[in-house]
Amino acid sequence: MTTPSASPRHHPIARATHWISAIAVTVMAMSGLRIFNAFPAFSPKGAGAWPWWPFEGMRAPAWATFGGWLGGARHWHFAMMWVLVINALVYLVHLYHRGRWRTIVPRVNTWRDAIEMARFYLFVRKDHPIQGKHNALQQYAYTTMLACGALLVVSGLAIWKPVTLGWITRLLGGYAYARWWHFSAMLLLALLVLVHVIMVFTVDPYAIRAMTTGKYDDEHWSPEARNARPLFNLWPRKDQ
Amino acid sequence: MVKRILTQRVEQAAEQLRESGALDRRGFMRLMSLGVVAPLVTACGLPGSEGAQRLLKSAEKNNERLERWLLKTANASDRVPRGVPIAGNAFPSYFVSRQMPVWDAATMGNWTLTVDGAVQAPRTFTWDEVRRLSTRSHTVQHYCVEGWNAAAQFQGIPFTQLARLVKPTADAGFVDFSSFDSGYHESWDVESTMHPQTLVVVAKDGQALSPAYGAPARVHSPIKLGYKNTKYLTRITFMSAPNGGYWSSKGYEWFGGT
Repeated sequence: MTTPSASPRHHPIARATHWISAIAVTVMAMSGLRIFNAFPAFSPKGAGAWPWWPFEGMRAPAWATFGGWLGGARHWHFAMMWVLVINALVYLVHLYHRGRWRTIVPRVNTWRDAIEMARFYLFVRKDHPIQGKHNALQQYAYTTMLACGALLVVSGLAIWKPVTLGWITRLLGGYAYARWWHFSAMLLLALLVLVHVIMVFTVDPYAIRAMTTGKYDDEHWSPEARNARPLFNLWPRKDQ
Repeated sequence: MVKRILTQRVEQAAEQLRESGALDRRGFMRLMSLGVVAPLVTACGLPGSEGAQRLLKSAEKNNERLERWLLKTANASDRVPRGVPIAGNAFPSYFVSRQMPVWDAATMGNWTLTVDGAVQAPRTFTWDEVRRLSTRSHTVQHYCVEGWNAAAQFQGIPFTQLARLVKPTADAGFVDFSSFDSGYHESWDVESTMHPQTLVVVAKDGQALSPAYGAPARVHSPIKLGYKNTKYLTRITFMSAPNGGYWSSKGYEWFGGT
């Protein structure tokens, strides 16, 4: 029924770094929430209310945390950050070296394609827009995720070393703002990861195989070929 | 239990794959989802394991090396910019004793600060001497391990000046700060004690320290997290090896730098 394409859809480096970062980001986010729970607010002491977070004082639920206690969560956070950063560097070098960033980073006029994609998902448009490896909405989502990752690393340094790396902390508006940027970038990244996972299962489950074994059949499995919207046309296209 | 069932299911799916030579969609999805879930469930047992603890310890050691390097190379001054309000009474305070430690001269005698250990001229300072030496004043941030920060104006003796008076020996790589708060203490690397903003503090926001903030004297530096900054200070000991501390022995990182 299927003829696997000669080259894998995702390079082995892309596949390995994808799953490593999935684990690293999860541990970072959950241990980060445990650290956050020790002081679930942003305002410096004696500085009044914090304007940019309506839930001051609200803790993250225990099931969303990792590390057990503050000290444990910090140990995990500061150990896993090396996995995250080294893995990200390997991935970015790969993206650059192979020119694969072109499949991910949107162009100036990608917004037109994004509108077409949105129209297709909303049943306004009948057939799937022609796309490259990723559609326009994916490109925006993935690029934003990478940007969130960069902001998380920079703001993380600003919180970890507010004195010895004080220039980064000052760049982000001070310690409290650095914490807020760190937290906000985590929330946005978590939201995009959630959407990403939902879309994988409801639009393109074949992407899971493409991201593990690399095997993929563009002609039958790609959302483009299947004319797949969320939850619709999950089956491979039958040969005429 | 869960792990066993999952392993069984993965094996079933693999068996099916071997027999048919190909995976139908359902089998493929099952294999994929189990392949993701099974290692996660296994991983849930790992965080507490001995191997994980060893890895975390080694990460802490390596991070400390980087932190020490940063301290050495960075232009690390933490003066609070003009216009930033000080925390004042909103500055949190805590102690580990059952009751707030208060130095009672009637039962405990006059408070003194002993500086000893790996030094050529150990000394015991009286309160008057400590106060007379407390010439430095600056407004800096205090960073707590919990994640909050608070600005305060501290006045005290620059630690470098204290060190000049007692003349540490060449092997004095560490300094222990201990207290009358149920023996609370924390040891530092000597480089952090020599940071220009490390003070033996006697006054906060222009007033003598109150018992809540560690009276009569405490150590403070923006370069260390709050728990390293021993309050209710009584003794400073130069050492050739670190001797842990109250919170660092409970599992918080020993270096605790900012």
